[in-house]
Amino acid sequence: MPLSAPPAGSGQPYLLSASLDNARHLSSLLRAVHFQDHATCFATANGLRVTVEDAKCIQANAFIQAEIFQEFAVQEESVTFRINLSVLLDCLNIFGTGSLPGTTTALRMCYRGYGHPLMLFLEEGGVVTVCKINTQEPDELLDFDFCSTKVVNKIILQSEGLREAFAELDMTSEVLQITMSPDKPYFRLSTFGNAGSAHLDYPRDSDLMEAFHCNQTQTNR
Amino acid sequence: MRFGAKILDLACLNHFSRVINTIAKLAKTCTLRLTDSKLYFILSDKVANGGVSMWCELCQGNFFDEFQMEGVAAEHNEIYLELVPENLSRALKTAQSAKAVKIKLTNKHCPCLRVAVELPSLTSSSRIVTHDIPVGVIPRRLWNDFREPSVPDFDVSIYLPVLKTMKSVVERMKNLSNSIVIEANLNGEMNLKIETDLVSVTTHFKDLGNPPWASEDGDQSSAEGRDPESMAEARIDIRKLQQLLAGQQVNPTKALCNIVSKRIVHFILLHEDVSLQYFIPALA
Repeated sequence: MPLSAPPAGSGQPYLLSASLDNARHLSSLLRAVHFQDHATCFATANGLRVTVEDAKCIQANAFIQAEIFQEFAVQEESVTFRINLSVLLDCLNIFGTGSLPGTTTALRMCYRGYGHPLMLFLEEGGVVTVCKINTQEPDELLDFDFCSTKVVNKIILQSEGLREAFAELDMTSEVLQITMSPDKPYFRLSTFGNAGSAHLDYPRDSDLMEAFHCNQTQTNR
Repeated sequence: MRFGAKILDLACLNHFSRVINTIAKLAKTCTLRLTDSKLYFILSDKVANGGVSMWCELCQGNFFDEFQMEGVAAEHNEIYLELVPENLSRALKTAQSAKAVKIKLTNKHCPCLRVAVELPSLTSSSRIVTHDIPVGVIPRRLWNDFREPSVPDFDVSIYLPVLKTMKSVVERMKNLSNSIVIEANLNGEMNLKIETDLVSVTTHFKDLGNPPWASEDGDQSSAEGRDPESMAEARIDIRKLQQLLAGQQVNPTKALCNIVSKRIVHFILLHEDVSLQYFIPALA
């Protein structure tokens, strides 16, 4: 079955159709937001946004621009559906998660619209896997209203440095305190645990700092 | 009844350890049958195993530098032991860089396989680690329970795809469903399918090739005269298939399966000096 042609006798055209040479580009992004089983997918001509929420207090968004795909077509202004993210990831990784050099999994994704399953066609080394994942009604998503004019402080860090810091956080502390300031300590992560308080400081001229825009000293827990 | 054997060659020892590791992954308890030329690891199909059965055959000459056995009686020069292969596997783990391994059947307080591993030592005196693995001696009247299973009258016989790919796919499918359908035809095509309320996934393998089976008595087997496109299928417990694939540490020389539609799938994995047959029955 050629990966590019939709199955014969389809009738209804696809509302969303996309092709990706290397499915791992998509699966690694989705894995980063996989802290709940369900996700809402929202596709427009700009790309695909996958949102995962927990108890109405955390929201993670993975956005994959249309340019990342070899082909990305959305027939209506936007297409939305809810899907089981664990199942989607198992399907995207059907040929394994180990990334051997020279072997990539090609992906084609198709969605016919409300009530239809999401179809995935994955191919690696001549072996083709076809997945049909049932979709659900999209949920109301939280709108955090991050209006850009109201943003006081913004920092972009290289994630590796943050990852190391998070790994070392004192878990006996009830809160994580985040301080951002145009003056010292610039960016500080603080914990207050059984052994005492710990502070992790990132200077503004640190190698890890990609962007540092702080106007006001602000502390949040 | 006596049994004593020695492995001196490190490559043979590692090879033997790998075989035992594979067996340990497939069966909690199994039967070890010793003859003067071969070792067999046998699991007969009981309800407790989920109807799965296994027959693994090794030529002792390919592994052991010394091998002596004396069966229960002259006309029945064989020994049948019940053992937990995981125990043997653990004992052999200490032998990764051993100078020699001796295996002996002993009966000090109860029947045991004594595995003595001679480890390299900086001094002239040797270091020996001994493991006593309890075994059960199976009396001759029960030997009939452990006969070699015959190749079933299959509908389709087909070579398996690259085990690594098959293993990845089955492992993922195991997260999604408890049962899997294996179907194949005489055109070298095999599909692995799962279907649940949430999702259905089908993996298509092509150009696998169908092994030629010479018909022993010249009769047409049920595979002859069969439409090459027509699929034979069986729905089996996915965990059993995953265990079989996960246990393969080295790529077999030949790997194939015989499918009896809706009844049983018979896997044959051949290495240079080990042959493994594994039967997984179809789910009701």
